[in-house]
Amino acid sequence: MNIFVHELKTKIKSVAVWAGSITALILIFLSMFKAFSSQSAMVNDLMKSFPPELLIAFGMVDMDWSTILGFYGLLFVFSQICLAIQAANYGVGLVSIEETEWTADFLLSKPVTRAKIMTEKLLAALVSLAITQGIVWAASFLFVNVFREGQEYPVNSLVLLLLSMTVFQLFFLMVGMVISLMVKRVRNVLPISMGLVFGLYILNAFGGMIGEQSLEIISPFKHFAPSYIIKHNAWDMPLVMISVVLIIVSTIASYVLYARRNILSAV
Amino acid sequence: MSIIEVNHLTKFYGKSRGIVDVSFNVEEGEIFGFIGPNGAGKSTTIRLFLSLIYPTQGEAKIFGKDCIKYGPELRQEIGYLPSEVFYYEGMKVLDLLKYSASFYKKDCTQRLHELSDLMELDLKRRINDLSYGNKKKVGIVQGLLHQPKLIILDEPTAGLDPLMQHKFFNLIREENKRGATIFFSSHILTEVQRLCNRVAIIKEGSLIAIQDIKTLQKDNYKKIRVTADGLDEKTFNVDGVTGLERENGTVSLFYKGDINVITKLLTNASISDLTVEDLTLEEIFMHYYE
Repeated sequence: MNIFVHELKTKIKSVAVWAGSITALILIFLSMFKAFSSQSAMVNDLMKSFPPELLIAFGMVDMDWSTILGFYGLLFVFSQICLAIQAANYGVGLVSIEETEWTADFLLSKPVTRAKIMTEKLLAALVSLAITQGIVWAASFLFVNVFREGQEYPVNSLVLLLLSMTVFQLFFLMVGMVISLMVKRVRNVLPISMGLVFGLYILNAFGGMIGEQSLEIISPFKHFAPSYIIKHNAWDMPLVMISVVLIIVSTIASYVLYARRNILSAV
Repeated sequence: MSIIEVNHLTKFYGKSRGIVDVSFNVEEGEIFGFIGPNGAGKSTTIRLFLSLIYPTQGEAKIFGKDCIKYGPELRQEIGYLPSEVFYYEGMKVLDLLKYSASFYKKDCTQRLHELSDLMELDLKRRINDLSYGNKKKVGIVQGLLHQPKLIILDEPTAGLDPLMQHKFFNLIREENKRGATIFFSSHILTEVQRLCNRVAIIKEGSLIAIQDIKTLQKDNYKKIRVTADGLDEKTFNVDGVTGLERENGTVSLFYKGDINVITKLLTNASISDLTVEDLTLEEIFMHYYE
């Protein structure tokens, strides 16, 4: 488990930054709930005056801002973007970082199989994501209860929303990794991970705007749209299965590709 | 027993050549030199041994086992020093070396400290604060700390000062005496000459010669310089003479063959100066590359 421990150590700071940022986001957003809820009629009227396409694009349709959960669902889209970037960064960088920083020669000349390297690195990334999610769970329940203005809310909807983070981040982790292994050399992690996240986000937003039901079904932003989960108090299972299948395919493909990969030398 | 057996090993990167149909053996206890200019395929061969890359054709066996199939197991007993050393920048030297040691079944702690002391490596510093030469020292220690049976060195001396190079060569000789086989890749011929028993010469991806260092030098050309009256180029019009040059009464030439033939030619001349030398590896090398 030496690789696992090494990897986890390198991720601690990053986990603290991401979890801290999302916690701050939740705190700042929810602290404004009082102002919004007291003038909910006005806010909802304002929302109606926006073009519906815009509301769809930002996932604001079917959201009742006057309820604490509707309000939380709105901010959850932003949490999702953060969670997606974090997972995509970990995924794209997981094994490619050894090649970008030329440390692959060191690691891969050790008596260890590539499958083991990948497994231990994946475990470290999963634990890092789990810690992040744990902190988001705690922050969400804490601040929802602090700022709910005495409102009751369906707890299981919040639980479903928060549970979705697991599959959602797995998607970006594994898809990010398989992309990093399909290119010859990753020079920089960020452009790829940001491209993946915002590409899929925009795909969902525009797909929703145009009303075309084709491309956006590969986007996990669609699969785990907070508005759907809150409205139906359930996951959109057929769409969630698309995420699950893509995760499994990416995982298998990553192991196969890494086992066959030629590690190019420096210079 | 052959420690390394290479059979028709070929590697293409897409269409560009790595190495083509390379075959040779390295025997137990040897210090085997592997020489050639940059881009000849030295690193490609080494990376194939370590299964960092996979062969297009052919195979390499280390300790009698296929180096791809049994790679992880074989690498327990292989120490590797890459030509370019890169380590996790944020780590301290000691942490990196411990991390390196944690991959091996043996306890490497004692050897780790011995080697670091020998190479005068400061264990408390961070990798990104180290100079290139110091990083190279980290590379040497991490490559040797598990007392491997096969040590693979890819241009190891670049960046080391002469004093450290000297220490490093002594260290390699000691490891060799302990029983380790050394595979030493380099384009610096003098260091190969100093250290190795046998050399393979690689050119544009193909092996062009494998020879004992001593026979390479002895059974080969002699370099002869003679200063004498009454000599000109015509005197040396015999088989085996090449590279004939005359300058201010001094004739220099390369000669391969019975040396008595040359001495007979000189009997009538009044010689003021005469040197007969073995060629340096450099000159032999240039010969192969012409």
